[in-house]
Amino acid sequence: MSTEATGNGALLAASNLVAGYVPGVDILRGCNLELHRGEIVGVIGPNGAGKSTLVKAIFGQVEVRSGAVTFEGDDITSASPHQLVARGMGYVPQVANVFPTLSVTENLEMGLYLQPKAFDRRMADIRPLFPRLSERLKQRAGSLSGGERQMLAMARALMMEPSVLLLDEPSAGLSPAFQDQVFERVHEINDAGVSIVMVEQNARRCLQIADRAYVLDQGGNAYSGAGSELLHDPKVVELYLGTLARAK
Amino acid sequence: MQWDVIFGNGARAAIGPDAAIYALLAISLNVQYGYAGLLNLGVVGFMLVGAYGLAIIVATAGLSMWIGIPVGLLAAGVLALLMGLPTLRLRADYFAITTIAVAEILRLVTRSRSLEGLTGGPFGLQQVADAFYSINPFPDREYGFGVVQFSEQRMWVMTVTWALALLLTGLVALLASSPWGRALRAVREDEDAARSLGKNAVAFKMQALVVGGMIGGLAGVMFAIRSTSANAESFRSDVTFFAYTILILGGAATKLGPLVGTIIFWFTLSTIESFLRQANREGWLPGFLEGSESIGAFTLVLVGLALALLIVFRPQGIFGNRNEIRLQT
Amino acid sequence: MPRRRRISALLLLAGAMALWPAAAYAGDDGGGTDNGENGENGENGEEEPAPTTTLPMGVAAITGTMPPSGVDPIEGVEFTVETADGQEIGSAETDVDGVWSVVVPGPGAYRVEIDPETLPDGVDLTDPDRTEAQVTVFEGRPARVLFAVGDIGGDRPTFLERLAQNTANGVKFGLIIAMAAVGLSLIFGTTGLINFAHGELVTFGAVVAWFLNARGPQWQLFLAGFVAVMITGLLGATLERGVFRPLRARQVGLFQMFVITIGLALLMRHAILIWYGGLRHSYADYQGQTRWDLGPVSITPRDLTIVCGSIIVLVAIATMLQRTRIGKAMRAVSDNPELSEASGIDVQRVVLVVWVMGAGLAALGGILLGAVVAVDWQMGSRLLLLMFAAVILGGLGTAYGAMVGGLIVGLVTEISTIWVSPSLKIVFALAALVLALLVRPQGILGRKERIG
Repeated sequence: MSTEATGNGALLAASNLVAGYVPGVDILRGCNLELHRGEIVGVIGPNGAGKSTLVKAIFGQVEVRSGAVTFEGDDITSASPHQLVARGMGYVPQVANVFPTLSVTENLEMGLYLQPKAFDRRMADIRPLFPRLSERLKQRAGSLSGGERQMLAMARALMMEPSVLLLDEPSAGLSPAFQDQVFERVHEINDAGVSIVMVEQNARRCLQIADRAYVLDQGGNAYSGAGSELLHDPKVVELYLGTLARAK
Repeated sequence: MQWDVIFGNGARAAIGPDAAIYALLAISLNVQYGYAGLLNLGVVGFMLVGAYGLAIIVATAGLSMWIGIPVGLLAAGVLALLMGLPTLRLRADYFAITTIAVAEILRLVTRSRSLEGLTGGPFGLQQVADAFYSINPFPDREYGFGVVQFSEQRMWVMTVTWALALLLTGLVALLASSPWGRALRAVREDEDAARSLGKNAVAFKMQALVVGGMIGGLAGVMFAIRSTSANAESFRSDVTFFAYTILILGGAATKLGPLVGTIIFWFTLSTIESFLRQANREGWLPGFLEGSESIGAFTLVLVGLALALLIVFRPQGIFGNRNEIRLQT
Repeated sequence: MPRRRRISALLLLAGAMALWPAAAYAGDDGGGTDNGENGENGENGEEEPAPTTTLPMGVAAITGTMPPSGVDPIEGVEFTVETADGQEIGSAETDVDGVWSVVVPGPGAYRVEIDPETLPDGVDLTDPDRTEAQVTVFEGRPARVLFAVGDIGGDRPTFLERLAQNTANGVKFGLIIAMAAVGLSLIFGTTGLINFAHGELVTFGAVVAWFLNARGPQWQLFLAGFVAVMITGLLGATLERGVFRPLRARQVGLFQMFVITIGLALLMRHAILIWYGGLRHSYADYQGQTRWDLGPVSITPRDLTIVCGSIIVLVAIATMLQRTRIGKAMRAVSDNPELSEASGIDVQRVVLVVWVMGAGLAALGGILLGAVVAVDWQMGSRLLLLMFAAVILGGLGTAYGAMVGGLIVGLVTEISTIWVSPSLKIVFALAALVLALLVRPQGILGRKERIG
């Protein structure tokens, strides 16, 4: 489905978003993003560029002051998050992404709050993707390790079988081993048919698995293109991937 | 309807000793909450300590009032220290609850039978201010105009208290524009930034708490003098809320806010109440509002409503500035 | 302990005005006088003028303490005052400090009678034949009348017996606090609001039940209580929809919201005062029961029902929170409102349910408290600090915290009376609150992240 606003069949499109948290201060100053069905789109850039704000604005958690967001052709700029969840969008925040006093099972139940009857079926689907969680169903989410919490956070968002998943820095604060697992999961989830927008600090890994990516700077788009192109673009490398040059 | 009586009552309340005492209390709050951002909801506790400090020295120990007054002030300062040391690092709303609890503990303890020998227990202490009235320079007659009349004793208390209020307003204004005051505001605005500039945030807050606390103690001392007694019942938490209403009305963190606030508050309150009483006598009031109990209570309903509306629609009060307000939320 | 004063403009307006029904300016109104309306008197015999301790100039009263020495004050002893020719003026019970007083119309000769039945076990008049005394009252100073009492030996309770009885009382009181405090904790957990007006919800529930029970339709207390709980729940919903939700939408700061609840508390408390009056009343049912002796503990059937009923209600609440969809949603929103929204939970609707439930539980607590003690316009505001203590001790934001904290506060308060004068028992609970805030501000069941 598409309309003239999203022209080439974009599943999710944000155009010229202006948004911010505090009245009078704009974090996003006219930002654009498109997500096509089946894609993984990365969003990278330096701290303060507005990456997290972009997905929060798309998801309705931050007030959009001007611009528009469309999803499957419909305007969702002023939709509230729980309405978007019902429409098939999922969101995994960077911090506070689980319910710490609830058990693993209850976290997942909350993920499927709108369709409680489908719980058993969805659990059967989700469990193979997150084997370690299956062993800890009764454990309080607050007592899980960082990596396990990230897995739980993603699993929770997947319970509703979203068509679009918004991930905010899924690898943040995790050990390299866990980071690998996270990116593997992202890949598997995408193979299963979920289109993904992924904000990442770890630009190299992000660009490695992203089909396309946007590089943000100071609330606007700086560069965009295919993941593999940007990975080797010297401008991007120089300005935003200083760590890349030193790491490899 | 005797309008002269109605407004006369308002005027009398607005310039009377109670308004002056509340001016002092509002000034103390202005230092603690207005400038330092400390949500002290137990400010009546400082008043209690000041009043009982004086009362215990004079009535229980039989010493001179001139010893009692400094003791009252000192006690308030010590209370501020003791209260602040462990609690200033707490989050704002937890700090607020602690202050309420401390004020209530003070009230219950001074009221209790076990301390009756010292504090007079539930009956309190009487005749604490004879020395003050004995040096009253106002000759024995009524002062005032029209309906607004004061005895010579009230004139004396009023004059002294208002003089103190004016003096302290000036002092606090000086403090506020001094480097100390600026640093204090910096701490209120952004504690981390202030700390990075080398300012010891907790020390500043403590100083503000002590200064404000002692001014509150002074309000208590004057209150004991004005009622010639000290009784724990007079120091309930509603006093604190009146003081906050007054401060917010006049404008927190402003120079004249406490003074103007108290005058307007008491004028309005008494006028409304006087009006209602007269209306009652004319039979205008609906049934449930007849009777002096109900009128008094209704006035307080209005105070509660006013406080809520004030903080939503004009939190900066009369003199305040909208931007300062954001720092206090 | 409700006290009522009639004051003239010479007394401190603020503390008095804020608290007492009579208002300040009566005496100065261009020469007019306070008409002395002080509410009904002796209608069904269930009203009692609340005792006063200090008096303004120009008012005459009779007062006394029990026991006369003031050591180990005895609460609940009843005294009646009559004129010299036998017309009853009023009666009063000693309060927590053992003080009682009755205001009389003017100076003169009066008779004071003590009701020895209201003395506790183990204490009796030194001169059992002398239950009456004559006294002359002068203007402006209360006249004191004292009756000597002494232990009659024998039945002095042992420490263990006192401990058991006080523990039972503590459990009863603690359950009531727990019930009222659950709402306070959940409202904070889901919206971050510290509701200073929660005490007024307690009073409101008790007062509405009283109107339905002892006045008006005169329903049995269970029915009156049930309806009162529903009505208070509705009030909670109205407050949330009409006041707090629009304010949250305007992004009003949390401190400002706190002050608004303070203003609301003042407003509601005095509106209740206007409507209900300044006197204490009791419910029409379940008064004057004889106590059952269960081992070392003696308890009335009413109080036993209250304890069992409260436990059932609290267990039901806990079950709802653990097992039902809406209960889990409440816990989720308390945990993390943004993530709840992101999971598809309609957070605003959950908050509304929390308010309805919280207000209803507060009302229930008020009704039970009213059944145990009596209903007066300040009963809820007196409970507020104890509710804060319960919630903070247990962990602000969790319902279970409120339950645990409430029991602890109740037990600390009642058991402390073994060692300290009853007038200080609340001080212990408050001291525990302050200590908790200093040592472990997140409470027993709370999580550290909430504090910073």
